Amino acid sequence: MSEILIKNACVCDPLQGIDCEKTDLCIRDGKIVESVSANAKVIDAEGKLTLAGGFDGHTHSAGKINVGRFMNPNDARKNPVPGLSGQVARTDKTRAQVGYNTPNTYAIGYRYAKLGYTTICEAAMPPLSARHTHEEFKEIPILDKMGLTLLGSNWQVMEYIRDKEPEKLAAYVAWALKASRGYGVKIVNPGGGEAWGWGKNVSGLYDPVPNFDVTPAEILMGLAEANEKLNLPHSVHVHCNNLGHPGNYETTIETMKMFEKVKSSRDRQSLHVTHVQFNSYAGTGWRDFETGAPMVSDYVNGADHLTFDIGQVIFGPAVTMTADGPVEYANSRMLHEKWSNQDVELEDASGVVPLSYSPKSFINAVQWAIGLEMALLVKDPWKVMFTTDSPNGGSFVNYPEVITYLMSAKKREQVYSGFSDMALGKMVLPGIDRELSFYELAIMTRAIQSKMYSRPEKGNLAVGSDADIAIYDLVPGTIDPSTEHERLKQAFSATAYTFKDGEIVVKNGEIEESPMGRTYWVNAKVPEGIDSAMQKDLDLKFKKYYTVSKSNYMVEDEYLPRPVEIVTEGDF
Amino acid sequence: MPVIKDAVCSLCGCLCDDITVTVDEENKITKIDNACILGHSKFVGMFEHERIRTPMVRKAGELVPVSYEEALDEAAKILVNSKRTLSYGWCSTSCEAISKAIQLAEETGSIIDSTANVCHGPSALAAQEKGSPGATLGVIRNRADLVIFWGCNPVHAHPRHMSRYSSFSKGLFVPKGRKGRKMVVIDVRKTDTAKLADKYVEIDQGSDLLLITALRSIINGHEDVVPESVAGVPKEELLELATLMKESKFVCVFFGMGVTQSRSKYKNGDGVSSLISDLNQHTKAVMIGMRGHYNVTGFGQVATWETGFPMAIDFSKGYPYYNPGETGANDVLVREEVDAALIAAADPGAHFPQKALRHLAKIPVIQIDPYANPTTELADVVFPSAVVGIEAEGSAYRMDAIAIRMKKLIDTEFKTDEEITKDLIEKVRELKRGA
Repeated sequence: MSEILIKNACVCDPLQGIDCEKTDLCIRDGKIVESVSANAKVIDAEGKLTLAGGFDGHTHSAGKINVGRFMNPNDARKNPVPGLSGQVARTDKTRAQVGYNTPNTYAIGYRYAKLGYTTICEAAMPPLSARHTHEEFKEIPILDKMGLTLLGSNWQVMEYIRDKEPEKLAAYVAWALKASRGYGVKIVNPGGGEAWGWGKNVSGLYDPVPNFDVTPAEILMGLAEANEKLNLPHSVHVHCNNLGHPGNYETTIETMKMFEKVKSSRDRQSLHVTHVQFNSYAGTGWRDFETGAPMVSDYVNGADHLTFDIGQVIFGPAVTMTADGPVEYANSRMLHEKWSNQDVELEDASGVVPLSYSPKSFINAVQWAIGLEMALLVKDPWKVMFTTDSPNGGSFVNYPEVITYLMSAKKREQVYSGFSDMALGKMVLPGIDRELSFYELAIMTRAIQSKMYSRPEKGNLAVGSDADIAIYDLVPGTIDPSTEHERLKQAFSATAYTFKDGEIVVKNGEIEESPMGRTYWVNAKVPEGIDSAMQKDLDLKFKKYYTVSKSNYMVEDEYLPRPVEIVTEGDF
Repeated sequence: MPVIKDAVCSLCGCLCDDITVTVDEENKITKIDNACILGHSKFVGMFEHERIRTPMVRKAGELVPVSYEEALDEAAKILVNSKRTLSYGWCSTSCEAISKAIQLAEETGSIIDSTANVCHGPSALAAQEKGSPGATLGVIRNRADLVIFWGCNPVHAHPRHMSRYSSFSKGLFVPKGRKGRKMVVIDVRKTDTAKLADKYVEIDQGSDLLLITALRSIINGHEDVVPESVAGVPKEELLELATLMKESKFVCVFFGMGVTQSRSKYKNGDGVSSLISDLNQHTKAVMIGMRGHYNVTGFGQVATWETGFPMAIDFSKGYPYYNPGETGANDVLVREEVDAALIAAADPGAHFPQKALRHLAKIPVIQIDPYANPTTELADVVFPSAVVGIEAEGSAYRMDAIAIRMKKLIDTEFKTDEEITKDLIEKVRELKRGA
């Protein structure tokens, strides 16, 4: 039995409504408890800001990121954020580290932990490649992990939707989650992955997918219905159609509106729109490109069925990686950049293209502004998840920088004062003076994730929760984040302490221990009759079209060294 | 008699996973269904070839049987006393073993490289230059109406490739299989694969880049700059090929060592990648490397996620450093830079240039392998190991980077590559602590 008493913690825990109050935290055997014995190890937090461990709900950290590493060996040497990037020799406690946008697996674990993060969600996992994702998970130390299973261009899914077989669809979704050990349903450019199989794309919600006689709108609604029927812990997680295209804010709002009729089976959103920045563009082309954030945020302010994440852009090099195959090809042609692609049989597409965001480019400057506009124009922070869609908008190691953008109007001004007049004319950010409080920041970085993913033991410090805790070297009340944004950034760049399951994993910004984290996966129960009917269809898919046999497709237990099986009972 | 279905064949990069294996009471494989002749030979070879029965250490010029502990001790001493070790091979083994090999290399400050050094290494360099636009093999099965084999000969090197994944396979949009696809072979000689093709383009040796450039010019609308003959191929034939490529619905270029290891090396792969990108302006096109060893792709994957680099990784600074040409296995051997070598699941003795081997013969060599091979002749410590995919389970990556779990089919008294490497890590730590 290990016990720790953290004294004088300045706790900010929005799920409990605690806003920077000085209190003690008791830990026993990895959980927050009411009290501890006199034998407990005592740590004095000295009034420092204490939050639940951060939870990155949308990051590309296992699987496809390996293509990014493979084609960008130059990234391994990049060190634009000292302490959180570049080459670091091995020590007795840590493996060797490299990279910035595409760090090696060990660096991912250590660096997230240094930022006070303890859980990540890999945003895109094609079931056929899921074994690979889990192999990388095994080598990411410290963090708890989950992966979202890609289903938006899946043949079996599209056929069941076309044939109006909602029960078999739900059974297939449940099976795909089990086969891939996934946590939730990811939909990327619905139907677009299949169209990309022929070098084409879908142009919007009602453009039929070639050969499958379904529309992206039908795919979205079908999967949302299955998601709720299975009572899954997370809602469908949607990368909207037309990502990256000027004028796409209309598709985004249309997608959001469509979900008004989806009834959530749980106390959470019925739709999560991811990296909304890339989908909040106005204009008819790149010449008259401008922010669409006012329109999107206006809609979101009046809606209560959805959440989104920002997908903030960071100036400098980034690596884009997405299942949106056509977008990546277009990026590579437009930017004359190298291009990797991986279409996955029967399931989806994907691509990887490195790029660099420059404040001198008016398009990049406006993209930078849009992410912040979305975060600041949407009034309720319980709708906003903090991300850079790492490393698409930029590497997660820049989170401290993004925090300063959100908490300091002065810092934002410092950045946009370097923009051209042309860029400034296409954004509304300079007119926004909102600055987030620590409380709001804590919502966007850990509390909303607890609700979004139905993980009540995460993202808060209530009794019974996981003792995943971040103590930042900053005493609220003694710092004005608005003016002292450099100090703010420094404090968020390396925790005084990060606890994982009650164990000190980071102390004064250095890794102390690197335990193995958990992998969460969802086992959604389906009535046997429905499942066996679905399996017959699936057997045919394997026999006629897949190149891997069904028995070798399922991710085996060996790949989940510390699994947490979340069982749900469906509504059939 | 136990019958194991959907067993995975651990021979080539096809990693066929539909093999049925029958095992008798004496732990012997008696029947193999679905495997090709190469795969079949691997399964039965288990019982026909002489295995190294015990660990061995070279004493007075001869390899003599020793206990596992003694071999471990000797091997660890070599590693600890070495200032610059080369760890090489790790392609005919599991990802789990590769992961341990990387950890050992990191802890001993070694250089670690795979067989890609003499194979598809230039494909990695090409991807670093221009990217790697690919697809899984099932995409080809279901969609490709034009399959191009360039500098490769699957009839002999990947015998089931054409029936399972490409030319002869049937898929959703190619229900007629071979009749629904055109097959083109580009090679310097009329191989047995070329004999099956609709179109065989014979090119001058080492002129692949010229051909690629000419095709790109035509596809990009600049046929006027193409001379009357390129790479030994008449312009007319090139125009025909380019038209076929543009007018097909889905093109896949499978490329082999004829592309990666001939003149212009990685620039050829770079050119193919650019050609694919250009073709996508007109139709859908992808490329896939015909990887040889069943898990050479896996080495690239594991090394990339654990170190950031796919091969030729130097840990002498404590962090991974990568500079193929400087840190590749043959680079450091030819320069006589390394003073010890750990070789596993590969046979440089049979495949490396003489100059590299001359140096290998001079330095202490540790070998981990199920069978004796020419490398054994150079080895000072030999660990016999289980045959992965038959006697040991684990992950392997198919040539299209799909991970498949290989099954353990029969029991064995041999330790696995993974176990031996783990023990080496422990032993090295113990010796270092002692020092």
